[in-house]
Amino acid sequence: MAETATVPTYRRTGGIGRLLERYPFLPALVIVAALLLLNGFFSPNSLTLRALTGLLSTYMALILLAIAQTYVVYAGDIDLSAGAILSLVNVAIVVLMERWGGGAGAVFLALAIGLLLGLACGLVNGLVVAALRLQAIVATFATSIFFTGFALYVLPVAGTPAPALFWRTYGGRLFGVPFVFYILAALVILVAVMSRTRLVTQLLAVGDDQQAAYQTGLPVITTRIKGYVLCGLFSALAAFCITGDTASGDPLVGGKMTLYSVAAVVLGGSALSGGWGTVVGSLLGALTIGLINSVVFFMGTPSEWQNFVQGLAILLVLMAGVLAGRRARS
Amino acid sequence: MSRVVSFVRQPIVVALVLIVLLLYLGEALSPGFATGGQILRLLIVASLLGIVAAGQNVVILGGREGIDLSVGGVVSLSAIIAGNVMNGADGGILPAVAACLAAGAFFGLLNGLGVTLLRIPPLVMTLGMLGVLQGLLVVIRMGIPSGQAAPALSRFVTQPLAYGIPGIIWLWIVIGILLALMLNRTVFGHRIYAIGSNEHAAYMAGVPVKLVRIALFMTSGMFAATAGLCLLGYSGTSFANVGEQYMLPSIIAVVFGGTSLAGGKGGYTGTMAGAVLLVILQSILTTINIEESGRQMVFGATLLLLMMFYGRGRAMRA
Repeated sequence: MAETATVPTYRRTGGIGRLLERYPFLPALVIVAALLLLNGFFSPNSLTLRALTGLLSTYMALILLAIAQTYVVYAGDIDLSAGAILSLVNVAIVVLMERWGGGAGAVFLALAIGLLLGLACGLVNGLVVAALRLQAIVATFATSIFFTGFALYVLPVAGTPAPALFWRTYGGRLFGVPFVFYILAALVILVAVMSRTRLVTQLLAVGDDQQAAYQTGLPVITTRIKGYVLCGLFSALAAFCITGDTASGDPLVGGKMTLYSVAAVVLGGSALSGGWGTVVGSLLGALTIGLINSVVFFMGTPSEWQNFVQGLAILLVLMAGVLAGRRARS
Repeated sequence: MSRVVSFVRQPIVVALVLIVLLLYLGEALSPGFATGGQILRLLIVASLLGIVAAGQNVVILGGREGIDLSVGGVVSLSAIIAGNVMNGADGGILPAVAACLAAGAFFGLLNGLGVTLLRIPPLVMTLGMLGVLQGLLVVIRMGIPSGQAAPALSRFVTQPLAYGIPGIIWLWIVIGILLALMLNRTVFGHRIYAIGSNEHAAYMAGVPVKLVRIALFMTSGMFAATAGLCLLGYSGTSFANVGEQYMLPSIIAVVFGGTSLAGGKGGYTGTMAGAVLLVILQSILTTINIEESGRQMVFGATLLLLMMFYGRGRAMRA
């Protein structure tokens, strides 16, 4: 991908090509809009504020996990332990909140420790992949087994409830607006600020051409480690959302979400080979997965066929995401 | 001296030394661990993983970030197809083998077409295919019972066939020899290494790159299907998502065998040792009397430790 990201292309492209180059997440946006329309067509009720709030609070965790994954993918790495980090932070904060009585102070302290835990897990991943130079796919699979074991140690079986204060806030309203919309707004601002930081530029440079980045004097190893740390932090934020949504702890809750987070990143048009992508695309990619699931449900698909239709639809939009991303880069 | 060092540092030698050490450790922790019958049982389990890893191995050798995440889905699908086609009757084995191999080849073909014609990265293509296969499994499972293994198939997998060794281990040895011959002695094998180490050069030299890559994914699908069939013989009936446990371990077995995930370097003999190593490690952990949480933490940490011996990337140089 050496010729792609940082080098501006002055070749005259068609209108669509230029648009894609400026807004690479456009195809994902179109897909999300189309899926929303389909949803409304099959079930008008699914476009009410109430239904959209429900959708958002269910998929906010996946959105955050997809964003977490994006930062490592920027640098050409991958994190197969993101879901395991989510599980670990989920059980850790639930157990701590319960042990400390479930008051506001307990909740904030537990969340702070959850963030630290996510940071530590990300640091471990970064060290084994970037500093010890193990291959990212297998090394983060190994750490995911370790993190899952740790989660099982903290809470052997699913079920400890989160304090009411926590999930009531997450599922409730603030000044009449559902709380998840504040999360979404804060997230968008956070991500917009992040995208202007030197770190993100460095991650993209490393992913674009590691050797060139090194020769330009970039601290390649430190940058990749920071990418994994960011991934750990956002995985912890994802854990907060899943705790708010399910209101309980489950040591295996994130296992299935890892591959979905990778899929969401690809749906958003980012290149898995690194050096090119957008966080907004990943956010839309995660929403796409959620909306596909709900369209398939509202279409009245027989229950035994739902997984198959979802799988097929996701495969097709994955392909579309790759093709559109390539079009934008060429 | 340097010759000795380079011999000892070969991944397959590392794996074999580790296997012997782990067998000693297992015997020390729980006497009877390394007896003949126990080792045969370990080898049966290892052969299932090893057969899946054979397909994973050739796909990875073919380069361009080759990887097949759909193997887990194909293993499960094949087990349920086989169970229904034979349904406990020996006469149904041949049709079942044909049906499973056809299914494996079909999904491999789809993967290969997506990767070559549409140039979808293998990780993405096979990840999507995994989702489709898992959905398909739900459909099949709702419609029909899970089926049963034919007695002859179960005997083949679990009972001694010749010289006291079960048929599946013989099958694995034959696959190992055939793959080694194919990779080292045939035009096709050389083409795999060629496209894995430098696709453009291979193309310029007249290698039909796309056809070879499609063939690799079909091979992977058929090996996964074979493993699914044998898995049915091993467990007697098929369970939901039995194959999932093979997805990432098959990649680890390949890495432990010294094949580079970058492609073009490695072989299957090492992967066989890697599969045995992985299975012995898991088996030792189940014999130790600790909580599941501790077992998983030790397993994850040991995997990381073992990876330190294998194919670490090169340090950056200016």
